[in-house]
Amino acid sequence: MSTAMKPGQRPVYRSLSPMRVWAVLLRHYYLLKSSWPRLLELIYWPLVQMLMWGFLQTYLAQRSGGLTTAGGALIGAILLWDVLIRGQQGLSVSFLEEMWSRNVGNFFISPLRPGEFLVALMLMSVIRLMIGVFPVTLLAIWFFGFNLWGLGLAVGAFFGNLLLTAWGVGAIVSGLIIRNGLGAEGLAWTLMFLILPLCAVFYPVAVLPSYLQWVAWSLPPTYVFEGLRALLADHVFRADLMIEALAMNAILLSAGCFIFLRLVRQAKEVGSLMAIGE
Amino acid sequence: MIQTSEPPAIAVEGLSKTYKSVTAVDNVSFTVARGSITGILGGNGAGKTTTIGMILGLILPSSGRIRVLGHDTATDRHRVLHRMNFESPYVALPGRLTVRQNLRVFAMLYGVPDAEAQIEALGESLDLQDFLDRETGALSAGQKTRVALAKALINSPELLLLDEPTASLDPDSGDWIRTRLEDYRRVHQATIVLASHNMPEVERLCDKVIMMKAGKIVDHGAPEALIDRYGRTNLEDVFLDVARGRGLAGEKAMLP
Repeated sequence: MSTAMKPGQRPVYRSLSPMRVWAVLLRHYYLLKSSWPRLLELIYWPLVQMLMWGFLQTYLAQRSGGLTTAGGALIGAILLWDVLIRGQQGLSVSFLEEMWSRNVGNFFISPLRPGEFLVALMLMSVIRLMIGVFPVTLLAIWFFGFNLWGLGLAVGAFFGNLLLTAWGVGAIVSGLIIRNGLGAEGLAWTLMFLILPLCAVFYPVAVLPSYLQWVAWSLPPTYVFEGLRALLADHVFRADLMIEALAMNAILLSAGCFIFLRLVRQAKEVGSLMAIGE
Repeated sequence: MIQTSEPPAIAVEGLSKTYKSVTAVDNVSFTVARGSITGILGGNGAGKTTTIGMILGLILPSSGRIRVLGHDTATDRHRVLHRMNFESPYVALPGRLTVRQNLRVFAMLYGVPDAEAQIEALGESLDLQDFLDRETGALSAGQKTRVALAKALINSPELLLLDEPTASLDPDSGDWIRTRLEDYRRVHQATIVLASHNMPEVERLCDKVIMMKAGKIVDHGAPEALIDRYGRTNLEDVFLDVARGRGLAGEKAMLP
């Protein structure tokens, strides 16, 4: 039986390869291209949330004279929350796609390294975010006159920090799924909501009881949402908050990658890579 | 089989795998010569798939050592992955992707020099041309098996591991796949290891057979030699002797 490679000809070995990362991205590009429900799902929830919180903000502004909703705090908060949650789900769901299609085993016996796989999943989370959240930020301008991009370079700091948190949590979730099978799939959809009441998305940290405030300040997104409020209400960009968040995110992301790699190793120890499923 | 001074394609020493209190593979040692086709046989739970999983690096051994194409898989696995591949009905290719898209992705992962030419050549050899641009998930079982084999051959592997390569295929399709595997071994002088419950398949393809039971190797040798030694007319009866501990297998079990 003939192949295009001559007998004795070997593929090229590279210890690290952007081509392998690109291959995983290509696989997900093909998937999204072939499935309009997947594309619709990416934009559906961000759009619904933006509309709901936008109208709520409009109502509250009418009732309270704008004190509670200065500068579009609610709609800005929900857009940034979507960056956080969709960023994490973008990574975790891209990973789940491999589990659902029983392709994980094929990837892990190929030269693709777990670290390369993780980098590809992070890039996929950015791509999915751009498809889902970016158009909604533009619609927010049209519907409610709230221009997130009008916040300038601060948006980059907010997005960057939230993405780092999303990747750290997404890596841990993906590791838990590979270690425990699809029975742990629910974590991909729910884990981030655990921090929703604590990271001051819609209200300042000061609202929380004092014993919860230290928990809130141990979560990197808290700094981003407080930073957003400072920018919208006081027109001050709090670089100090962004730097603190960045430092915490560096730890979180390193821990997330480490935990992912440890859980992949554990999956190999218990043999769950050979029996992907529930 | 090729006589060569190179290290064996696979060298396994004292390999064991224990899950909590269950020993799936128990102190197994064997070598697989380059250019050979070796069958790993055994009933369900004999340890075949676990052994293949450890060779592939999908399962970490509890103890023992595996060398693949001269590389220790515990320390050097990534240096050899591009030279081997695997096919099993228990893993799948993404169903929403077309056959060509799947093969392109795996060609890139394996660093295949001219991916498109390789896909075309495999399409021709494995008779995939009619459905190269169809979604993989929409294919029949026989077509999916051919596509999975194409994925397993995308990097023209020197070592090909197969777990029940013709399971769920009709006799005609199974024979077609076996012919392609024989051709591939001959043309590329490749080493093939297969786990199978199909005894006629093993008799036809394999130079050597490793028989496993309860995680241990209970016998090994050329299929004809095993048939002679057990005084049987075919490998299926030898398999039944080993599985049920009767005949020569029973006498061996009685030995201290």
